Amino acid sequence: MISASLSMLPAAIINGLMYGAIYALVALGLTLIYGVLHIINFAHGAMLMLALYAAFFLFHLFNIDPYFSILIVTPCAGIFGYMIYRYGIGPLAKGKDQNILLITLGLSIIIENGALFFFSGDQQTVNLSYGFEAFDLGFMYLSYPKVISFFAALLMCAILWAAMSLTDMGRAIRAVAKERQGARLVGINVERIFAVTFGIGIACLGAAGCMMLPIFYVDPYTGNIFVLVAFTIVVLGGMGSVVGALVGGFIIGITESVGGLLLGESLGQIGISLIFILILIFRPTGLFGSKV
Amino acid sequence: MTNFRNHLYFLLLGALALIVLPYFISSRFYIDVLTLIFFTAYLGQSWNILGGYAGQFSFGGVMFFGTGAYVSSILLTTFGFPPIFGIFLAILGGAFLGLIVGYMSFRSGLKGSYFALITLAFAELLRVLANSVEFTGGGVGLFLTYAPGLSNLQFESPVGFYYFALILMFISIAIVYWLESSRFGAQLVAIRENEDAAEALGINTLKCKIYAIMIMGAMGGAAGTFYAQKYLYLDPPIAYSIHLSVEMLLVTIVGGMGTIFGPLVGAFVLHTVNEIARHFIDTPGLSLIVYGLILIIIIGYLPNGLIGAFKKKEKKSDSTSLDKKTSRGDS
Amino acid sequence: MLKVNNVTKRFGGLVAVSSVDLEVNEKEIVSLIGPNGAGKTTLFAMVAGFLKADEGKVDFENASVLGMRPHQICKLGMVRTFQITQPFAGLTTLENIMVGAYSNTSETDLARTKAEEVAEVVGMTSLLNQGADGLTVAGRKRLELARALATDPKLLLLDEVMAGLNPTEIDDIVTVIKGIRDRGVTIFLIEHVMKAVMNLSDRTYVLNDGKLIASGTPSSVAEDPQVIEAYLGHGAAEAMAEGA
Repeated sequence: MISASLSMLPAAIINGLMYGAIYALVALGLTLIYGVLHIINFAHGAMLMLALYAAFFLFHLFNIDPYFSILIVTPCAGIFGYMIYRYGIGPLAKGKDQNILLITLGLSIIIENGALFFFSGDQQTVNLSYGFEAFDLGFMYLSYPKVISFFAALLMCAILWAAMSLTDMGRAIRAVAKERQGARLVGINVERIFAVTFGIGIACLGAAGCMMLPIFYVDPYTGNIFVLVAFTIVVLGGMGSVVGALVGGFIIGITESVGGLLLGESLGQIGISLIFILILIFRPTGLFGSKV
Repeated sequence: MTNFRNHLYFLLLGALALIVLPYFISSRFYIDVLTLIFFTAYLGQSWNILGGYAGQFSFGGVMFFGTGAYVSSILLTTFGFPPIFGIFLAILGGAFLGLIVGYMSFRSGLKGSYFALITLAFAELLRVLANSVEFTGGGVGLFLTYAPGLSNLQFESPVGFYYFALILMFISIAIVYWLESSRFGAQLVAIRENEDAAEALGINTLKCKIYAIMIMGAMGGAAGTFYAQKYLYLDPPIAYSIHLSVEMLLVTIVGGMGTIFGPLVGAFVLHTVNEIARHFIDTPGLSLIVYGLILIIIIGYLPNGLIGAFKKKEKKSDSTSLDKKTSRGDS
Repeated sequence: MLKVNNVTKRFGGLVAVSSVDLEVNEKEIVSLIGPNGAGKTTLFAMVAGFLKADEGKVDFENASVLGMRPHQICKLGMVRTFQITQPFAGLTTLENIMVGAYSNTSETDLARTKAEEVAEVVGMTSLLNQGADGLTVAGRKRLELARALATDPKLLLLDEVMAGLNPTEIDDIVTVIKGIRDRGVTIFLIEHVMKAVMNLSDRTYVLNDGKLIASGTPSSVAEDPQVIEAYLGHGAAEAMAEGA
């Protein structure tokens, strides 16, 4: 039993890496929002679920390939995020940490049950023409969608990183993250930067949703699964750290698949919450962060 | 002081009304709804002690409920241990879990959103554990036998559970009533308002917060036994559901955190809204959408909940607090 | 009563407090002055248990308090106030002071009596039922003092209780502090307002860039060239002129 498990270990690790890249993208959005706004978006999972549904309906109704949908869903998610911060979360929270947590909790309840109300509780998946084709690595088969998603997620992370370091908006965002008051003094509209950052964070989810749909399913509760996953990656990597989100994403992806392999389907899920608790208690700055 | 006495009379009158109410209501539906309101108000009150008074928000309050439910149910199914005693072990179990979670998180200085999230993770951890080990019945769940009788804390008529829930709620109100006028309560509030200042003034903030979460845990434990004996079934998604964690904080925030009657008012309002919404459109999810909206509106516009809004009106008509708006230019 | 021995605190590469020695004797009013950023509040934080010293010893009544948590130190009879006032904003003045009073009694009635008594000492009786968030700056400073006093301390550590007050308010609070000393409480205070310190303290220490540069009676310290330089160097000439 154990030896059988061990022989499947490389496959589990590679599978974990594939999912890890997408997790990293999800966590990147969360960590970006935290790094700049210093708030925790509890609705992150629920918004990811919405992105999955968006990709699903684009495929289902208009037969648009999920990977092509990235080009549609990502900007829409970005605008959605911008609006919801600018006209919802921002004005309502009045800057209090716990208020934002509760407001985004309220949002996640609304989104989750809105999805249940409109889309029913059924699990939805897409069948792509190339969905069952796979690369033969010798010791395992790796389906096309997994590989495409892996590279798409990495590409998206690279684009985001480039945008953050090369564009004026990126520089302004980093300025606000570093020194809020200073940025305000030199004439940066901090409130607008907050909303833009929130938009970018949600745009990451838009892209991640499209990449995730071909290798996963969607139902109204999908978000719940990813809330803790995303938070765990972010605290593991260090709140606000981009490199941390990437490395954290891979670690969690691998932990999940290897944990599932060695501990079984049910107990395997324990890794995420255990890591989350241990990190918060023993190393709250995470692996790459400087300060919580 | 006369004000306080009036208050007390009013309270006793209200309590009396709730005690005799079942004699005037024949509808099983209303009895059940009221039972549920008391039960949620009770759980909300347990959240209120740590969240409303001590200012430490938890997103995983359900863990005490679930653990208590498993303690008394497993004792009953494996050893035939009667729930009327089992409930006390459930209380102990909840308090002990509170000690562990409180010590681990408060000791490492977690507060605000981080504390909220770590409690969520603890609840999730316990859900996975309960799903994976055998003595909880795993994913299949635990089935309890229906055998009405006081020693089983089961009742033939729904009125029995009505009184069970009512007693739990009365006890929770008594605890918070004591808190309001005791040193411990004042210390919790001081921690909520400013932890550094509290510590400087000689309050062992770590110990107080741990005591608060242990009280919450103990109360949650008893709620677990109540639930198990009423519904006779338990599985990990029920025992450690995020939904119940949210409901605890929801009723308290809607009614008013850090107030004696906040959780009761909140539970009453939300359950009424829920029943009305269900009456018109019985589709899954709708009432929760309304809950979410109410939560956001309350946080945005009525940070002190419904009770706070009511009190503010009272104060305004007082008009003695004119000099409240004087200088506050302290940095 | 309080002995600080060779205490040092570093933040990263910066030495905030460097090998400081000082002593406060019973029934004294001792002040610690120095320009902004000299390390005064950091030193206080270490004495009161809010920060851990990297090196050195802190003894209170001949017993080390190093490594103790603030509430334990408070129980021994040494309590601090905060420069940036930290009221329990949602509570009334009375309730605020009662929190301090509860450190010696668990009886609500006793705590209330004690709080009312302390309010009388600091002159807040008329404000007892007012919300703490509605107090003026002067009111908040007094509240800090009152809450600390309600714990029945032997030694009060006051962190800039006069900053932000106008001259009349300063005179008032100086009288209050003297009154507290006359009741047998030793006082160690950080201050930026030189004039008040001159009138108030028996002895003064001067801290600059984390190091003690002078100590002695207020008048001798005020004439010390090193002190003048330290203050002038940091653009505090006006404070000096006002003080001398």
